Amino acid sequence: MTTPAVRSAVGTALSVAGAVSLYGISFGALSTASGLDFWQTQVLSLFMFSGGSQFAIIGLVAGGATGFSAIAAAGLLGIRNGLYAVRMSSVVGPGFFKRLIAGHWTIDESTAVSIAQEEPRAQRVGFWVTGAAIYVGWNTTTAIGAVIGDALGDVRAYGLDAAAAAAFVGLLWPRIHSREPIAVAAVAAVVTALAIPTLPAGVPIIVAALAGLALALVRERRHA
Amino acid sequence: MSLWTTILIASGIVLGTKLLGYLVPASIAAHPRIQRISDLLTVALLASLVVTQSIGAGSAVVVDARVAAVVVAGSLFWRKVPFIVVIIAAALVAAGLRAIGWAA
Repeated sequence: MTTPAVRSAVGTALSVAGAVSLYGISFGALSTASGLDFWQTQVLSLFMFSGGSQFAIIGLVAGGATGFSAIAAAGLLGIRNGLYAVRMSSVVGPGFFKRLIAGHWTIDESTAVSIAQEEPRAQRVGFWVTGAAIYVGWNTTTAIGAVIGDALGDVRAYGLDAAAAAAFVGLLWPRIHSREPIAVAAVAAVVTALAIPTLPAGVPIIVAALAGLALALVRERRHA
Repeated sequence: MSLWTTILIASGIVLGTKLLGYLVPASIAAHPRIQRISDLLTVALLASLVVTQSIGAGSAVVVDARVAAVVVAGSLFWRKVPFIVVIIAAALVAAGLRAIGWAA
């Protein structure tokens, strides 16, 4: 039975998936330009499957960061997926195998499309369609990007490095519509800019995260 | 640490975090305080990544075409232009500035 709410959820899911998937070309090309080979790039999209963490890891590797900072940055950025998972838990429902796949597909977009729906069935459909469509689309375009990336040569000439920076702006943007997150974003940005020339590559993001966390905890104490 | 080791450990941690979320009792993680703190941590990480990707070049700060592209992207997101259009516009700005030699 297809209700208008479910059809609308599918429509949103597919348009979000289409946009994100196109962007996978940029990830694949940037990844190989950062020094990863085809399979290293593809393994990130197949198993890590979280755009923010994937871009963080290739950016840090390209910048000469240690493996530890790359892992820490990717891991810290992935924490939010764990919280999305808790949120999606009741939407997905019981069943070991179902929850295993759902866990793998729990990302910004699948969660966002799902919680934007009113009806429980539309929430469930929104989550699964977005997750599945992005998993297939993102992995396909990652492979295309990784292959044509070599043929493209220097991806900077096509502005793909700027595209990655812009993507983080796009992920940040919807989250900074009140004073508190704006303050945290500003502190993290300034700390990062100051830390880049003084600390090893990859460490600034960790320092910025700790500064943001400290600010958040101070604010929490004030709320309490 | 080899690149493969880095990739596999990081992938394991990111995937493991997602799966762990399905094991947590909803009452703990749905706590408003935990939600607020985790939202702010995400904001801090994303802001840091914007800066790293815009002006970072290893351990140096470099102002190049990326900065112009990020400014354009910010103003387009402000006008609610769709995500993919903004990304393409940002790439075109950086590519264009480099092609005409106005920025590195």
